[in-house]
Formats: sequence, structure tokens, C-alpha cells
Amino acid sequence: MKRIRIIAGHYGSGKSELSVNLAMALKDEYDKVALVDLDIANPYFRSRERQKTMEEKGIKVYHNAFGFDITQDLPAISAAIKAPLENKDYKVIIDLGGDDSGARVLNQFTEYLHGDDSEMIFVININRVDTSTVEGCLYHINAIQAETGLKVKGIINNSNMLSETTAEDIKKGYALCNEVAKIIDVPVIATYCDRNILNKISVEELDGIEVTPIDLFLRPSWLQY
Amino acid sequence: MSEKHLKKGNEAFAIAAINAGCRYYFGYPITPQNEVPEYMSRELAKVGGSFIQAESELGAINMAYGAAAAGGRVLLSSSSPGIALMQESISLIASVELPVVIINVMRGGPGIGSIQPSQADYEQVTRGGGNGDYRTIVFAPSSIQETADMIYKAFDIAEEYRNPVIICADGMLGQMMEPVSLPPAREPVMGDAIREAKPYALTGHRWERERHAINSVWLQQDLLEEYIDSYWPKFEKAERELQDWEEFMLDDAEIVFVSYGSTARITKDAIQTLRKEGIKAGLIRPKLIWPFPFKAFEKLGDNVKNVVSVELSKAGQLMQDVKMAVEGKYPVSLINRYGGMLLSPDEIVERTKKLLEVK
Repeated sequence: MKRIRIIAGHYGSGKSELSVNLAMALKDEYDKVALVDLDIANPYFRSRERQKTMEEKGIKVYHNAFGFDITQDLPAISAAIKAPLENKDYKVIIDLGGDDSGARVLNQFTEYLHGDDSEMIFVININRVDTSTVEGCLYHINAIQAETGLKVKGIINNSNMLSETTAEDIKKGYALCNEVAKIIDVPVIATYCDRNILNKISVEELDGIEVTPIDLFLRPSWLQY
Repeated sequence: MSEKHLKKGNEAFAIAAINAGCRYYFGYPITPQNEVPEYMSRELAKVGGSFIQAESELGAINMAYGAAAAGGRVLLSSSSPGIALMQESISLIASVELPVVIINVMRGGPGIGSIQPSQADYEQVTRGGGNGDYRTIVFAPSSIQETADMIYKAFDIAEEYRNPVIICADGMLGQMMEPVSLPPAREPVMGDAIREAKPYALTGHRWERERHAINSVWLQQDLLEEYIDSYWPKFEKAERELQDWEEFMLDDAEIVFVSYGSTARITKDAIQTLRKEGIKAGLIRPKLIWPFPFKAFEKLGDNVKNVVSVELSKAGQLMQDVKMAVEGKYPVSLINRYGGMLLSPDEIVERTKKLLEVK
């Protein structure tokens, strides 16, 4: 991946869970890793809620709240967020808010994001109504591209139904992501699935799709009841 | 029912209301329920409805009062402090017997409080912050699916009882996502059809009938007493017919938890752990908190040693109803967090064990 990876997508596509997972995985490979949480729209379920977990692993976490107090935030961006964007020693995951309105906040960082060392990735979950069709996905991709002036460079298939996810969801999602990717001429760079679900799916069921397991850091386990 | 999709709670609540035939929404933004007005502002006009962002919650509830008086299917949504602002007119609407549905996505209080989940509005919604003798019917859903189903049903109940109905959700239900299958779209009664379907509505007499007046002032106290007597039987009917609850591992339970909303799911997780450790725990989950499911407690036997209210309220607001329900037969305790803090399954397990040691 490029030094800076921007995780964009329709809201509810799973950007924040993915961002935490990607940052954790990057830290296994690289010394300096930062997660920048730019979601200033949602009040709950944001990657910064796992700041402690990530910092214990040595990941730098940037967001717009004060200290660990996730509720004391304003729809404003701290200048500190520029640090990992400027420091070329850092691998950076940028977790955006949903849709084009959530992506708008990127515009103030344009100077860092138009170069060769950054890429915007679009996450798709086909079980969200808005991105359940090729047209729906293209609409949101175009809206985010128009808002930020950045091109989507790859697609992530994160199609799931939470605890009710089946191999069928993953396969259908994979097929739709490939259709979308072909139209905008970019690769489908990965397919992700909750580790607990993936453990129950056999390799044969996945028709050769390579699926990377993720852990759900933001979703409480008691929601299974 | 529709195909299953992943929905954010607030989003599903709005769709369920539109599918139930709601065509009028009035509101004012407040976290954590903002996706409800956001969705309504975008979608309600497309089905021939009206969305108005009021100048405040006071404006919103009084617009709802007017729309209900005209025979509309009306939804309001807000969060705790916003619901508090509406109380005066909830009493007004109850006093003139009009149907409205109100979603309360609860957050920490008192005052402006926090924006994280809470259940400290139990007394506000079940006892009424408004003045006078009235009741509000209050659903207490525990999942997004259940909330959507209850909203759908609430519009019918509100019209049957001609009374405000509150959906008492919390921030967790509003903000999280779950797979949900939405109930089918129903056509609302609109236009001239309202004259026949809702005879109480202010539809204009057109020289065909007596004038209607919707009036909340009764300066002759004896007439007001008579008037209260005239509508009170519907609340007694609600107490007989609407009590509803879920039982979870209750049959042999020695420790009976009582919990509602998303907290009931945390409690179920804790019960599984306690059972593995040989502690026979079970749950009564009220699906409505007014009328409270007193009947659920009638069958509790001699095997029960403790009844514990598990809730997000310092005062133990739910516990007060639980105490009334057990009528002194069992000791009643409280396991709680508040201010916007959630309980975890582990915390419930630990505090339960501590409780049992003390006995």
C-alpha cells in the first residue's frame, strides 16, 4: 500500500472497524504507524474509541477530541493531525466519515494527498441499500471523488450482515465489487470478514476468494443476544 | 416483510414510521437521534408527506398537536432533554385525546447531560413530566428489529387509544447497526377519507355536521372530573391488554433480573456466564414499561431468592416498578451505571456475585 491510505465509503460500510484492523496489522510490519480518525459526523462507534488499545500497541492516534474523552469533541480539526501526514516516516490510515459529506473534511489536507504516496480506497458492503447495486456504488464513488478531488484507487469488499453473514454475502459482494472496479478501472484490493464468521465458513464455500479475517474492536459482543 | 438489510437504528426507525403510514414529522436536531429527522427531511415529501424542522422541540410538539388534530399520522423524535421540553404539550395532547407517536432516543442526564446511552428517562416517559391525570403508553424495544416493529404497531395503538405513545429507545439502539427486515408499506388515511375514518378530527363541518372543538380548558372543575372519568377507562384497558414481556431462562431462576432495552441484552450475556458458573439466573424483560408487566411477576415461585433491577439510572427508576411488582415477597436490588456509561456483561456478573455473598 501507499504511505497514506484513505478509507472512504458510504456510511455504515465498516470503515472504522477496518481502519482499526488495518492500523493494527500495519504495526506488525512497520515501526511508525498512525491512525487519523476524521469522522466528525458520528457520535458513536468511531475508531478513536479504541485509542487506548491502539496506543498500547504503539500506534499514534489522531482525532478531534480532547485526550481520551471521546464525547468532548467539536466538528473541528486539530492541527496536530498534520504531523503524520507531513512526516514521511509514518504509515497512515485515514478513517473518514461516511459519504461525500463525511469526506469533505479532507479538503483542508489536499496538499498532502494529491501526491504519489497516498491513495483513497472505497469500502463496499452490498447489504447497505445505497451500495447494493453497481449504480449505487458508482453514485457514492463519484460523489466522494467530486467532493475531495481525489480519485478512488481501489475497492475493498466488506460485504457482511454482521453476525448473520454467510459465504453468499461475501461472494455476492465480491462479484459486485469487481463489476464496479472494472468500470472505474481499479483493482479490488481485498475482501474482509469478521474472524468469528470466517472460522465457520469452509474454503470451498468461498470459490477461491481470498478473505482476510478482521476482529471487531468497536462492536460489543453482547449484541449477539 | 422486506429483504434483510443492514440498517442504522435511527434510519430503520424512520423507514418503519413511513411504512406505517406516517406522513407528518416535526422535529429539532439533537444527538443521538439526528438520522431520524435527516431521513425524514429527505424521504417524507417523496411519499406525499410533510417534514418541518421546527424552531425548537416546543415548536415541534405543538405542530404535532395541530397535525394530529387534523387527523394526520404524526411522528416526533428527540432525545432526553428534548423530550423534557415537550412534556407540557404531551399533557395537552393527552388531555384532548389525540394520537401521536414519539421516539425518545435516550441519552445521559439530568440537564443537557451527555450524548451517550442512558435509561434515566424511565420516570419521565412512564410517569409523565406533564401535569395532570394522564398516561403515556411506552414501548421499550431491545433491538433495531423490535424497535421498527413496535413503531409500526405504535401508530395503530395511538389511534386506537387516541393517546400519545412513546417508543423508549436509547442511544445504542439509535446509533448501532443490525440486520433488519422492515414491515411493508401501508397507505395512510389522507384527505377526505379522514372525515370518515377519524370522526374526532378537525376537518371542517361543511354545514354537514356539528362543529368540532378540541379544547383543553375546563374551568368548571366538576365537568373536568367528569371528563377525566370519561377517558380513564382506556388506561385501565391498556393495563389489562397491553402488558407484554419476554422471559429468558426464567423457569428455575433463583436470581431474577429485570431489565429493558439494550441493557437487557447485556444482562442476557451475563446470565449465560452466571449459568456456566452454576448460578441460576433468569430475566424478565418488559417490552412495554407503561403499562408495566406486573403479570410477569405473579408466577414467580419460592425458588426465587433475589430480584435485581439492571438499568442505566442512578436512582433505580425501573426498580421502583419492580418493587411494586414483587409486593415485598423478595428482596430487590439494583445493578446500574449512569450518566452515559454502559454496564458490561462482566460487571453484571461480578456485582451479582458480590450481591450473593452479602446475603
